[in-house]
Amino acid sequence: MATLEIRDLHVSVDTENGPKEILRGVDLTIAGGQTHAIMGPNGSGKSTLAYSIAGHPKYNITSGTVTLDGEDVLDMAVDERARAGLFLAMQYPVEVPGVSVANFLRTAKTAIDGEAPKLRTWVKDVNKALSDLDMDPTFGQRNVNEGFSGGEKKRHEIVQLELLNPKIAILDETDSGLDIDALKIVSEGVNRFAGQGDKGVLLITHYTRILRYIKPDFVHVFVDGRVAEEGGPELAEELEANGYERFLKAGAK
Amino acid sequence: MSAAETLVATGNRAHSHGPGSPVPLQARSERPTSYDVADFAVPNGREEEWRFTPVKQLKALFDDAAGTETPKIDASGPEGVVFETVAADSLKVGKPQDRSAAVAWNHAGEAFAVRIPVEAELTEAVHVNVASLGARGFSHLIVEAGRHSRAIVIIDHTGAGELSSNVEVVVGDAAELRVVSIQQGDHESIHLGQHDALVGRDAKLHHVVVTLGGKVVRIGTNVRYAGPGGDAELLGVYFAEGGQHHENRLFVDHEATNCKSNVLYKGALAGDKARSVWIGDVLIRAAAEGTNTFELNRNLVLTDGARADSVPNLEIETGEIEGAGHASATGRFDDEQLFYLQARGIPEDAARRLVVSGFFNDIIGKIGVPEVTEHLHDVIEEKLARAAELSASAKAVVGQ
Ligand SMILES: Nc1ncnc2c1ncn2[C@@H]1O[C@H](COP(=O)(O)OP(=O)(O)OP(=O)(O)O)[C@@H](O)[C@H]1O
Ligand SMILES: [Mg+2]
Repeated sequence: MATLEIRDLHVSVDTENGPKEILRGVDLTIAGGQTHAIMGPNGSGKSTLAYSIAGHPKYNITSGTVTLDGEDVLDMAVDERARAGLFLAMQYPVEVPGVSVANFLRTAKTAIDGEAPKLRTWVKDVNKALSDLDMDPTFGQRNVNEGFSGGEKKRHEIVQLELLNPKIAILDETDSGLDIDALKIVSEGVNRFAGQGDKGVLLITHYTRILRYIKPDFVHVFVDGRVAEEGGPELAEELEANGYERFLKAGAK
Repeated sequence: MSAAETLVATGNRAHSHGPGSPVPLQARSERPTSYDVADFAVPNGREEEWRFTPVKQLKALFDDAAGTETPKIDASGPEGVVFETVAADSLKVGKPQDRSAAVAWNHAGEAFAVRIPVEAELTEAVHVNVASLGARGFSHLIVEAGRHSRAIVIIDHTGAGELSSNVEVVVGDAAELRVVSIQQGDHESIHLGQHDALVGRDAKLHHVVVTLGGKVVRIGTNVRYAGPGGDAELLGVYFAEGGQHHENRLFVDHEATNCKSNVLYKGALAGDKARSVWIGDVLIRAAAEGTNTFELNRNLVLTDGARADSVPNLEIETGEIEGAGHASATGRFDDEQLFYLQARGIPEDAARRLVVSGFFNDIIGKIGVPEVTEHLHDVIEEKLARAAELSASAKAVVGQ
């Protein structure tokens, strides 16, 4: 079973006034079969963590390690990380003009598997994944994320998750911008993925709402670039009741 | 597109802008045209119509003297098409608008004419190859589509020399003609061309300019309408590499009523001193009621050191039009798109190709001639591979 290990991860971004440290020593281990929720206030560095694991060039890793089954992830190119089994559902999925969803999905699947998918079953699989997320098959002919509504973009991320079926999925605020019906549909998709048994899920969210549909095994409160507290699902309930205040005070001292 | 993109769109009103002082199109339409070389001074690069062009490299084509070679013309086509040579001044749909076109008009000798007979519906494309052998030469082509005919004519310009050409196109009433002009000379070649098209009543012209090679390529395309109901779709694709200058200048002159024009030019640039220029002039004269026109130019800058200039100009002299607009956008290659595709496992070079072919996707769909679009696809892939090699070796140097 896959294990993603993050050890003492420090990450900075370049700003006009020189480098700015955003992650200040993150420790986290996600094993296959587990669902982890990371919750934290705006600007605490949740997306930075997700992008750093995926390899976005904007983020500089200044120290620490990230390994997947012992392999050094930080040494891999972005596409190599994806082929090694990491998947990032993005908070703001990118539009790619002129590239159809069908072409994009087939190209990605071929890259991940190292061979082209069998044509007949593939078309069926794509249509099923789309309809499971309540997306019309005509989305296949549209350009990637172009003109998609916020909710459609998020559902399209989960379509990709199901088709590419990675080892570890990082979902960055996939719940934001979804109405309650879409939230349920997206949660069902994530649960189908997690329900395979050996998959790891890192669910990044700002709100507890999605945790009614996706049950985390572990909850991490993320404040000011590091994990401030860890616990089980009961921690989410406390956040639901009291918000982040207690942790913000602790972080500010 | 990235944040560097600028998008300009105007609605139904007179408008013009661009770097430097915009020139009223009424003046543009009064700009002298002449069959006499002596009517044009040798350009020095400060003239409005030459200010973007590296005129120093074009000296030989401004020289009022016979060519040092005759470009080789080969033509083939399906049954029905007629090829013949005719006197240069037999049609006079075109009239030189600058010195190089006037030189070409006077020194090309006879014109090579392609005629599509009245009501002929050709099932295959007509091919005309104009090969420059390595010296200085001129060509003059005429494409005449008879009333109610349908045809595709592909003009392929190849070779190593300096070529100046005039192309005259006549689309007979209710005919549909597709003319594709491909410029793919060798890296050191130079090609200046002027295309003049006259679109008949209820006729449809698809005019496509594909520039894939040559050190300096500058094509002027002028469209007029012989009667109401004409429709011109003017498409262009270019991909300038390091040191190449690809320039397109369009002038659509709407004088007849209820005519349409739709201009779409898209270009990519990669490499140091890759340069593109696009000038799109549309004039809707007072008489041209019911006109519908739109022009769009988009450029994708793939590397540092490349530059795209884009100047749309729209001048409207009547309020009784259906619609008029223009847009121009130049953007840098968007690294977020690259990241997104790579994050789905697609290797960097394949992801780059996907983004660039996505950029060209809509215009390639409109060209509508499979042999051209397939070729275009292949050449774009080659150019991207070269650009990737260049940036990889640049990185290697930096890394040393
Ligand atoms: N280029 C930059 N210059 C300065 N600060 C930056 C830059 N990029 C990111 N940051 C800062 O890094 C911090 C962390 O951002 P990040 O997007 O990771 O937060 P987040 O926890 O995902 O927030 P949200 O809940 O709003 O999605 C923020 O304070 C942000 O302003
Ligand atoms: Mg975020």
